[in-house]
Amino acid sequence: MLVVVRKYLEEVSVLKVRVKFSKTGSMKFIGHLDVMRYFQKAIRRSGIDIAYSQGFNPHQLISFAAPLGVGLTSDSEYMDMELRSSFSSEEAMDRLNAAMNDEIRVESYLELEEGSKNAMSIVAAADYCVSLKDGYPLVEDFQVKFDKFLTQPEIIMLKKTKKSEKEINIKPYIYHIGFTAEEFGNKINQNIGKTVAEQYENGQKVYMQIATGSVVNIKPELVMEAFCQYIQIPFQPFAYQIHRMEVYADLQEDNKGTPEEYGKNRKLVSLEYFGHTIGYY
Amino acid sequence: MRKLALSDEILLTIEKPARYIGNEVNMVVKNPQEVEVRFCMCFPDVYEIGMSHLGIQIIYDMLNQREDTYCERVYSPWPDLDKVMREQKIPLFALESQEPIKNFDFLGITLQYEMCYTNILQILDLSGIPFYAIDRTVDDPIVIGGGPCAYNPEPIADFFDIFYIGEGETSYFELLDLYKEVKKQGGSRKEFLEKAAQIEGMYVPQFYDVEYKEDGTLQSFHKNNPYAKDKILKQVQMDMADTFYPEKPLVPYIKATQDRVVLEIQRGCIRGCRFCQAGMLYRPIRPRDINFLKETARKMLKNTGHEEISLSSLSSSDYKDLQELVYFLIDEFRENGVNISLPSLRIDAFALDVMSKVQDVRKSSLTFAPEASSQRLRDVINKGLTEEVILKGAMDAFQSGWNRVKLYFMLGLPTETWEDIEGIAILSDKIAREYYTIPKDQRNGKVSIVSSTSFFVPKPFTPFQWTRMSTSEEFLEKQRFLNGKMKEQLNQKSIKYNWHEAELTMLEGVLARGDRKLSKVILEVYQQGCMFDSWSEFFRYDVWMDAFSKYNIDPLFYTAREREEDEIFPWDFIDIGVSKKFLWLEYQKAKEEKVTPNCRQKCAGCGAKVFGGGVCFEG
Repeated sequence: MLVVVRKYLEEVSVLKVRVKFSKTGSMKFIGHLDVMRYFQKAIRRSGIDIAYSQGFNPHQLISFAAPLGVGLTSDSEYMDMELRSSFSSEEAMDRLNAAMNDEIRVESYLELEEGSKNAMSIVAAADYCVSLKDGYPLVEDFQVKFDKFLTQPEIIMLKKTKKSEKEINIKPYIYHIGFTAEEFGNKINQNIGKTVAEQYENGQKVYMQIATGSVVNIKPELVMEAFCQYIQIPFQPFAYQIHRMEVYADLQEDNKGTPEEYGKNRKLVSLEYFGHTIGYY
Repeated sequence: MRKLALSDEILLTIEKPARYIGNEVNMVVKNPQEVEVRFCMCFPDVYEIGMSHLGIQIIYDMLNQREDTYCERVYSPWPDLDKVMREQKIPLFALESQEPIKNFDFLGITLQYEMCYTNILQILDLSGIPFYAIDRTVDDPIVIGGGPCAYNPEPIADFFDIFYIGEGETSYFELLDLYKEVKKQGGSRKEFLEKAAQIEGMYVPQFYDVEYKEDGTLQSFHKNNPYAKDKILKQVQMDMADTFYPEKPLVPYIKATQDRVVLEIQRGCIRGCRFCQAGMLYRPIRPRDINFLKETARKMLKNTGHEEISLSSLSSSDYKDLQELVYFLIDEFRENGVNISLPSLRIDAFALDVMSKVQDVRKSSLTFAPEASSQRLRDVINKGLTEEVILKGAMDAFQSGWNRVKLYFMLGLPTETWEDIEGIAILSDKIAREYYTIPKDQRNGKVSIVSSTSFFVPKPFTPFQWTRMSTSEEFLEKQRFLNGKMKEQLNQKSIKYNWHEAELTMLEGVLARGDRKLSKVILEVYQQGCMFDSWSEFFRYDVWMDAFSKYNIDPLFYTAREREEDEIFPWDFIDIGVSKKFLWLEYQKAKEEKVTPNCRQKCAGCGAKVFGGGVCFEG
């Protein structure tokens, strides 16, 4: 016969931390659920004192901000963990990184204030860099055409979800566009730092800050598809490497109203904003 | 950044790209240019199954401990990728370096079940390696097979350069050293094979010829090369404490079938069930040292991050230090949220105590494998489990709050009667009745009994290697009969009946006791598009039947035929220690319904004592 002795743990959560990690290389083929499993095991290997849920099948108390689609890479993915105790940020990062391969790296490890909302619930926007992969046809006068594309009064696209399809105007949700890191950085008032994004020889790319999260979620693929429709070329989904650079929350919590107002009133801060480094005790 | 063999476009359009990218946690990284021997280990089935196999992890770890060797891995590409690779002429590659298999020195294929044989041809084909060993040149890897099906390698003998008959830990280093030496001297493929044939346990099929009688049975089996051995002696790892065990097993990104640490507590079995091939092949039983196991468990859990550990053996209850080990695991790891899985455990006082110590065992189910329903038939197969023990075990468990039971039986065992078959339904019902003798306020809802039957396949090196196997039609009749009987039971609503596919079993029977005449059938069905035969959605019985008739081969010759005592079997050239004479005597005792005591009760003189250790020399 088979007997399975199940673990039984009491739920004791003392503190919450937010982990930022990058994802690149072959890890882009690992889907969100498998990344979760990957972290569950990495956390156990690293000796992080994770808290578990109660009940018959206890699970680690971790949650992710905004699932990254298969095929995408990222500089800034966020995961919240509840812990029973913690190492310093530095040691915890070292331990996690030592327990993982070099295509997923922990970039920061910050303690959250008590009562902080979890990352998943506050995501409002994200920055992306969309690069044309080598071997696909270049678009001539890419920047000029892209700028012109954005001057349209509205950009109507068919947005498909699991439940429904509907037409929406995505234009108000495209917050900023840039064609170099510097230009884009100036527009969003950030210094664009180092990136794990793959660089392609052809150099054709576009940076975009767009609405993300549970209220409005615009995928960069949809923007590119709209652009291709506008310049009347077929949209090839594999032609672009999409790379997420940052994920934001909106400090204007009750930001409602028309799409235009929603876009204008926002006050975006990166998800790291809500945490602080844990020093040596 | 690692360069992958497949483009983004391919990887993003196939199912589960993580099967093909490698780079799992604990993957070994070496520079292929800096080693002398490149070895690719292959499990010829889908990644999630192959990654669950302990044997490959042991050999992977062992070979990679050699600085001069880089052992990598490959699994069968799923049909979606298979199609793309053929269309775009992409050669099959190893996961680690992402380089073509064709560039390797060795391709080692583990043979765990017969129905993977067409997948072997898929691996060779996609790699660009000729199917037949005699057509290969210095540009091709040495193709070597091992594992349980290597104990009758004849149906696939023509496709392999070497079969290794024995346990992986013992002879590979000698083979690799020899390979380096021959390579250095610029020796030919044939010279290497001739020298390899002199290493104990190495069987080079092309150095042997087979002649058949008019009736299709073997006339003779003899070597055609002076360097080959007359008999191939199974190689056994006798020292189970000081040997290889992977402390850092690979951890896949996608969920493998075995998503847990596997701790092999002993090898071999004392029980001597007459249908069980593993029980004979891995004699004598050799327990591992308890302290070695404790230390290894700790390291493996630490290095993998798995949240479950499973004890592996053919019969856990026969491991002498089981109690100490289990209590250690519970005390040591439960605080870290580790599940402990104990398969093949007898329900006894100890098992009940373990169950009472934990709060949450109720979710899992109790499993019994009586294999046969009547005591008479259990005596025939030498399965030392009585109805009393089953009912008491179930009752004890019910009283501790369990309400789910799984039962495993076989249909088509030698001497089986209709009463025996009906007995499966009656026993299933009896267990349910036991449950309902518990007062209603003390039981945990309804009982659920799941009874499963598989069809019995006689295997080489068992006492039943002479026996006639049922035909598909007979199997189906038995299964239908039993299904009807299940419906007649009082508690039929609490009993669920599952069964295996008869046609797949029939083919397994053909291949299990097959000979060299079958290789052309296997190649034919592969060329007709068969692979992943063990997956019911891909199994094409009609294609196999067409291939048999094309080559004028009657599959029933291999299955539904009682053999004579003195028939030469295709696998007789292998010496597993257990003698053919012992197996024959066991077959006679089976027919007389007489049981044979287990190895610890009384030595039955099977022959495995020649290995000089294990249970044969206890006490």
